[in-house]
Amino acid sequence: MLELRSLSKHFGGIVATDAVSLRIAAGETHALIGPNGAGKTTLIGQICGSLACDSGRILFEGEDLTRAEEHLRVRAGLARSYQVTSVFGRFSVLDNLALAVQARSGSSFAFWRPVAAERALFDEALAIAGDIGLAAKKDALAAALSHGEQRALEVGLALATRPKLLLLDEPMAGMGPEESQRMIGLIAGLRSRVTLLLVEHDMDAVFRLADRISVLVNGRLIASDAPERGDEVAA
Amino acid sequence: MIRAALLFAALAAFPLAMQATDNLFYASLASRILVYAIAATSLNLVLGYGGMLSFGHAAFFGTGAYVVGILAAEGVRSAWVAWPAAVAVAAAAALLIGAVSLRTRGVYFIMITLAFAQMLYYVFVSLKTYGGDDGLSLPGRSTVGGGVDLADDVTWYYVVLALFAAVLYLMRRLVHSRFGRVIAAIRENDARAEALGYPVYRYKLACFVISGAVAGLAGALIANQGSYASPSLLHWIQSGTLMIMVILGGVGRLWGGFIGAATLLVLEHLISDYPIAWLQGLAPSYQEHGGLAVGIVLLAVVLYAPRGLAALFDRDARAP
Repeated sequence: MLELRSLSKHFGGIVATDAVSLRIAAGETHALIGPNGAGKTTLIGQICGSLACDSGRILFEGEDLTRAEEHLRVRAGLARSYQVTSVFGRFSVLDNLALAVQARSGSSFAFWRPVAAERALFDEALAIAGDIGLAAKKDALAAALSHGEQRALEVGLALATRPKLLLLDEPMAGMGPEESQRMIGLIAGLRSRVTLLLVEHDMDAVFRLADRISVLVNGRLIASDAPERGDEVAA
Repeated sequence: MIRAALLFAALAAFPLAMQATDNLFYASLASRILVYAIAATSLNLVLGYGGMLSFGHAAFFGTGAYVVGILAAEGVRSAWVAWPAAVAVAAAAALLIGAVSLRTRGVYFIMITLAFAQMLYYVFVSLKTYGGDDGLSLPGRSTVGGGVDLADDVTWYYVVLALFAAVLYLMRRLVHSRFGRVIAAIRENDARAEALGYPVYRYKLACFVISGAVAGLAGALIANQGSYASPSLLHWIQSGTLMIMVILGGVGRLWGGFIGAATLLVLEHLISDYPIAWLQGLAPSYQEHGGLAVGIVLLAVVLYAPRGLAALFDRDARAP
């Protein structure tokens, strides 16, 4: 589904991504792990198009997206969530999700008809709010949510674009154990619906969710294999 | 809704009351306020709703005025031709300026819009055939036919009021439409809007062009207001004045532009026309420096009503 061919990225003299080649098959849940500063978020940015690539190619379902603009990659079926929560703080939960649904349902160069009258957008937004466990908070402003709820909304926004491949950048970042368990449950529920690339530090989560694991160190991919599920894992 | 209807009723009755009390000068001041309200509302669309700090909005305002002025000098005086032309030329200018400026952000965007506006200012100053730095006097107001004479100040007022109402209604539809939602989302978090699949640059540019077009309409009206197109309409001080109006009235508030324009222009009028004896004793030429009082009011608003005067009339605390 996704193929990276010796992708590279430099920031000045620092090599953030060093000739990374990776294949992600449709339907798999692929975890990307590595120490802080290994270049995981940079790689996500390159795949999604918020960062330009210095060299290499990105193929998504056979299509070359290396130079495609970010919004076009979203249309093609690539979506991401952010490590640092990035939602629309002064929008309600429902408005956040409806905005994401709106992005892929018809033109938004529509200047006259009130968006609030579009039942379909909000029905679907409400369904997604249910999926991510925020139905009860649908009218709360995103900025007023707890950290864990904002993380769920973060994933919900990406989900609402109806991606084929969802890139989750540390969805459990900053969460307590209870919130983490809820997030793991949410992601486990997505596995059957969408291909996942999961960047995560929580090894418990990685081993419970991933079909394959790749290890990134100093911008280089040093290993890529299936986890041995029975093993005890040192965190 | 009810308050808006009441306000429009009051605005509609205003010149009749002035006529009855023989104070027609105020009808002229009021139409001037409404023209500036349209200009400030157009700036509020990019600044308040779109989060784009354009410091060159006078470019579109002044361009609209000059289109009407130059057409009149060439013998085209019909409002049906000149006003749409002013809107179209201002929109085209906004498209060109926006296409370049919107590739930058933050303080660079402020500076580049300012630079473009100043360049246009000098273009019009150097147009010697059309008055140069003296500005361009029009033979009179535009003609509309059908027995309607815009030279009459009360008729003129109603035309401006109708256009102001139309602009406000258009703006209200726009901010609640799909497009308006996307613009608000981009203001909140443009990176995330792009990551949801919205081509952010194109939406910003469309917003900028609509705003420029409306500013062009206001420019066409201001040229008619005093039958005069001045290069000072394009000067950066004019951009600043429009920005002050928006901030005074309320950034991202539907009525912000109107409230700001009314407050500023009424204040200026009061200072220059009603001398205060004891203040004159203290500072004999204070009336020539109305900007000082405007500064004090702006300071008070920013400190005590940072969401603008429009927010003082609010029952609902949430911004639209």
